[in-house]
Amino acid sequence: MKYLSEYRDPEMARGLVKRILDTSTRRWTLMEVCGGQTHTIVKQGINEVLSDAIEMIHGPGCPVCVTPLEQIDRALHLATRDDVIFTSFGDMLRVPGSECDLLSVKARGGNVRVVYSPLDAVELARGNPDKEVVFFAVGFETTAPANAMAVWRAHELGVDNFSVLVSHVTVPPAMVAILEDPENRVQGFLAAGHVCTVMGWDEYEPLADRYHVPIVVTGFEPLDILEGIWMAVRQLEEGRHEVENQYVRSVRREGNRPAQDLVSKVFRVVDRGWRGIGTIPGSGLGLSPEFAAYDAEIKFGLEHIHAEEPAECRAGDVLKGRLKPYECPAFGGRCTPESPLGAPMVSTEGACAAYYNFGRVQAGAAAGANS
Amino acid sequence: MITTTAKATKLAEAACPTPRIDQGRIQLGHGSGGKMSARLLRDRFLPRFGNQYLVGLGDGARVPVQGAEVVVSTDTFVVSPLEFPGGNIGHLAVHGTVNDVAMMGAVPRYLSAGFVLEEGLEFEVLDRILDAMTETAAACGVEIVTGDTKVVDRGKADGIFVNTTGIGFLDSAFRPSPDMARPGDVVLVSGPLGRHGMAIMAAREGLAFEADIVSDTASLAPLVESLRAAAGAEVRCLRDATRGGLASALNEIATASGVGVELSGDLPVPTAVEAACEMLGLDPLYVANEGVMVAFVAPEAETRALEALRAHPVGASAVRVGRVVAEHQGMVVLRTGLGGTRVVDMLPGDQLPRIC
Repeated sequence: MKYLSEYRDPEMARGLVKRILDTSTRRWTLMEVCGGQTHTIVKQGINEVLSDAIEMIHGPGCPVCVTPLEQIDRALHLATRDDVIFTSFGDMLRVPGSECDLLSVKARGGNVRVVYSPLDAVELARGNPDKEVVFFAVGFETTAPANAMAVWRAHELGVDNFSVLVSHVTVPPAMVAILEDPENRVQGFLAAGHVCTVMGWDEYEPLADRYHVPIVVTGFEPLDILEGIWMAVRQLEEGRHEVENQYVRSVRREGNRPAQDLVSKVFRVVDRGWRGIGTIPGSGLGLSPEFAAYDAEIKFGLEHIHAEEPAECRAGDVLKGRLKPYECPAFGGRCTPESPLGAPMVSTEGACAAYYNFGRVQAGAAAGANS
Repeated sequence: MITTTAKATKLAEAACPTPRIDQGRIQLGHGSGGKMSARLLRDRFLPRFGNQYLVGLGDGARVPVQGAEVVVSTDTFVVSPLEFPGGNIGHLAVHGTVNDVAMMGAVPRYLSAGFVLEEGLEFEVLDRILDAMTETAAACGVEIVTGDTKVVDRGKADGIFVNTTGIGFLDSAFRPSPDMARPGDVVLVSGPLGRHGMAIMAAREGLAFEADIVSDTASLAPLVESLRAAAGAEVRCLRDATRGGLASALNEIATASGVGVELSGDLPVPTAVEAACEMLGLDPLYVANEGVMVAFVAPEAETRALEALRAHPVGASAVRVGRVVAEHQGMVVLRTGLGGTRVVDMLPGDQLPRIC
């Protein structure tokens, strides 16, 4: 495909792999922040071909995975209401809450619909004035502008039967949480290209400084990721710790200012729980007081719904690189992609789900025998 | 810095009065052709209906009929929208069953057709569907010899549901079966992947892509006939890669034969399908086809088999996509361009568009 195939060329990729292996004088531990990058790394087997030189820790950057159980339960509650049409991006539908997922609610008659854009949900609300349309606003800084736009648009049009259940998270506080952990092993980061397309990379510079850690803003295609890894490795080998931009075709230092303005008008910074990790201060976005009328949690009085994550799940340790997924006692037995206990087993790009597959290739069908 | 949520109480009963995932009710995922479908058959249908013909879970059954043997196969067709670029539900209803019969190695001859019609279905639409069935049956050399119609209240069916059952005749020396793949066999795919599923999705969601994607609905029977003539018993398994796509078809064969499948090289995914999948975050390996089959053949027969497939317009771009290995039994593994590996597992349920 034009504009994509260029970044998937196997020959160039093998060249980059060789350069990384040749440059590394020791084994470095890097974290890719974004789930989209994890997806490419797993799909292309990048971690496997680099394993002599690089340990990749899959970061917490999968919005599907980290959406807290509590918000999923609130979504499930809304979806069971007769007066609600619950709209969501497709892959949130299979994320298990405490008792079930949105697909099961749909099977029982809940009006659950997949939309491709939050603006479609606003249109749905205009077309169904007798129903309440709720959109599940999840994701990182990448999806925040579009979700903010939906709220803005509903406000402009006076669509008062539209609201959003917000579970937005932001990257830098999560990186701080990982770096502050006394047992942190991450020596360099691949920052998420699309997040930086919106936000720029200014905010990463203090992190690189304070924690002496290289941060490379990286794209999502195999060559992007390999080049990002190579840039991080070079910094580590040369003893540098800077923010560098690999994804120059998409990211500018200052990011997308109009998008940032819209986000800061509609949203405000809040503490947010991350599934499997816990609450990270200042790591989320919630609706600003001016837009409280569009807040589904207030509109439907959802504050009383709380949820408890299974104690058996050690996702926090996995996401911090302290525990390999297959070292978790629940791995492959009590916890599988079909019936996950925690975040990293939920989506195909979660760390545990990825290992669930790799482990099975390496150790025969043993780990998958009970699937 | 990382703290766990301080206080949490158990989810109030009112919040989610539903049973645990997957329990108690049919979900759409049970029809996806993935793990949920497989489990539905294994847990509920096979224990009750199981017999020597059914347990093989082929695309149809070979049954004795007064000293001879015929293949019988049935399929039910539900699709929204009823008409889509490249065909309508009528084309699918004939091709689908003709192909299932052909995958058993038989030559399709007779079809039955049952219709559930929804009150309010326009005659114009019905006529187009029936015309499509007539033309397609004639082109496939099958006759529709018996049928049934029922009408249900408006809202009780999606316009029209069609069931077809096919009967085909067998050459007794040609018995491909999903459990016959052996290490060393080569895996061939008859044509470009993912067109039907993406055409339906584009039509259903009103998505406009740069290039139109047209369903690949087609009869595979002539391809099977040529394969039989060219490679006979060296053809081990045939499977049409319908719902669940190529990935599910390969997983079914790997499991049934107790072998591993290793995919290598470029998979035949058309640019427009790749672009559409990329946009929606879908994997073309799991997207449905209605005119693509996968053939496992002995390595010596590879060239003959490919030539036989390529002699037909539907098989013109037939290509080898992988081989059978003794390792990782029951699993399909893709060698990436980089030399890494990726497991191509069955999906639990339907493929869902991704956020990121």
